[in-house]
Amino acid sequence: MNWETVIGLEVHVQLATKTKIFSGASTAFGAAPNTQACAIDLAMPGTLPVVNQQAIDYAIMFGLAIDAEISKTSVFERKNYFYPDLPKGYQTTQLEKPIVGRGTVAVQLADGSSQSVRIHHAHLEEDAGKSLHEGNFRHGMSGIDLNRAGTPLIEIVSEPDMRNSQEAVAFAKKLHSIVTSLGICDGEMSQGSMRFDVNISVRPQGTTELGTRTETKNLNSFKFMEEAIHLEVERQIDLIEDGGTVLQETRLYNGETRTARSMRSKEEANDYRYFPCPDLLPVVLSDQRIETLRSNLPELPDARQARFIEQYQLSPYDANILGADTSMAGYFEQATAKSGNAKLTANWVTGELSARLNADNLSPDNSPVSAEQLAALIVRIADSTISGKMAKEVFEGIWAGEGDADQIIEARGLKQVSDSGALEAMVDEVLAANQSMVEDYINTDPDKRKKKLGGFMGQIMKASKGQANPQQVSQILAQKLSEML
Amino acid sequence: MSIERQAIENLATLARIAIDDNRIKEISQQLGSVLDLVDQLQAADTSGLDNVANPTQESQRLREDKVSETDQREAFQAIAPDTEGGLFLVPKVID
Repeated sequence: MNWETVIGLEVHVQLATKTKIFSGASTAFGAAPNTQACAIDLAMPGTLPVVNQQAIDYAIMFGLAIDAEISKTSVFERKNYFYPDLPKGYQTTQLEKPIVGRGTVAVQLADGSSQSVRIHHAHLEEDAGKSLHEGNFRHGMSGIDLNRAGTPLIEIVSEPDMRNSQEAVAFAKKLHSIVTSLGICDGEMSQGSMRFDVNISVRPQGTTELGTRTETKNLNSFKFMEEAIHLEVERQIDLIEDGGTVLQETRLYNGETRTARSMRSKEEANDYRYFPCPDLLPVVLSDQRIETLRSNLPELPDARQARFIEQYQLSPYDANILGADTSMAGYFEQATAKSGNAKLTANWVTGELSARLNADNLSPDNSPVSAEQLAALIVRIADSTISGKMAKEVFEGIWAGEGDADQIIEARGLKQVSDSGALEAMVDEVLAANQSMVEDYINTDPDKRKKKLGGFMGQIMKASKGQANPQQVSQILAQKLSEML
Repeated sequence: MSIERQAIENLATLARIAIDDNRIKEISQQLGSVLDLVDQLQAADTSGLDNVANPTQESQRLREDKVSETDQREAFQAIAPDTEGGLFLVPKVID
């Protein structure tokens, strides 16, 4: 039987506020444990929450970016459960009246097609603290760090509109691109700034009724998400084909072992006894506030990509890559302004630069090669001072801190020879020294001669120590050989 | 109205409290009388009215996003049952 996969996502996005959602404690990442957990975060008796204006504004901005309804009145509720990293015994969240209602996210897929994923809603809530089980604590205890407790989150809940892991990952990447472009989240996945819960079910191809779903929780990279989906889809299909049934349950994926296990069954854990939080009044928004935020929205990825195609004549492919990431886009625009060559700059930013940044886990903002330095290198490629191959060597030099492009070209004697007299002499020399190759070329069927050119090119480039301008050499070579026929 | 034994046991589990077997009947009656009160409230005609999350007509005051809290870890951990290396220690829980 053929099976269809159905996927919906719940995405937790940490908002880039300076303080917690209900207290004035700092949210800075990496502080010593429990130094940023105040009396409110610790649920000390007699404390009361006060809502952070910036968290509300960030949630509204997300809603506006996906064309969603913004609730003029939204209500915080208590979701009750016990866990040591949740001091209050409940999470303050939203259920009946979330701040962001239905919206849509347009997703571009690798094959160039696009898809629209519906958002069911997005609500505001507080993050929990962190439990550390691996620390070898006294008497086999667990350690609790409550610095993260109370960090504002929006949880974005999609409709089950995705049909495979590629679509789910493309959607997740698009959300990442939107929230970082808005500046409402720092997007640092490795620090848990975005975490994904994936709801997965399968059904026979052609049917419309949804199968029983499982939820794989807390995936913090696109790669893990893709792997976890493959694993779970396979598990469900095997289970059903062997005569079993899928149980509704929460599962945990382990990225190191590439395995998943059941965490808890729903019937036990799902009785959260939500009710409106008596400590908080409804949040009421004025039209004016919403309109002010709307008119101040920064450029969003879709608009930026369209502008790159229009303004720089980039291909949709390049525009997609460069436009998705705010800092990458900024770097590209800065470099292009200096180099005056958008296409070549786009190639270098999406190619060599991205590869090196990825390898060293760096962002364009802290690239060892600045946008100005890359632009200066591109100018030297465009004016034929150096070849593309030499440029890679120069790039490595800039990356290693040896100086700017011109200094490195000078220091390493990398200037490309473009003087046609000198190049002609070089070509003549190589042809004279390789009479047998020349004869072979002449005796070769005209249709197949082109293949033989590579051998000559290799000899000439070698003779020039790689400094001959390859385009010019190839023209001169073709000319000389045709004269010999 | 009385509540079934199983429902009481389930509530006790969710609330993490122990209830003696011989008190279940009494608690069932007490909770039952609370539900009777809720039934009375539900008998009121509220058609055409919106849900009310809060009895006042006020709305939430918002706070500027400015750090106002300082590190009080030492004071808080002085009253905690057990700590180590700045962490609160709790019985190991992994589900």
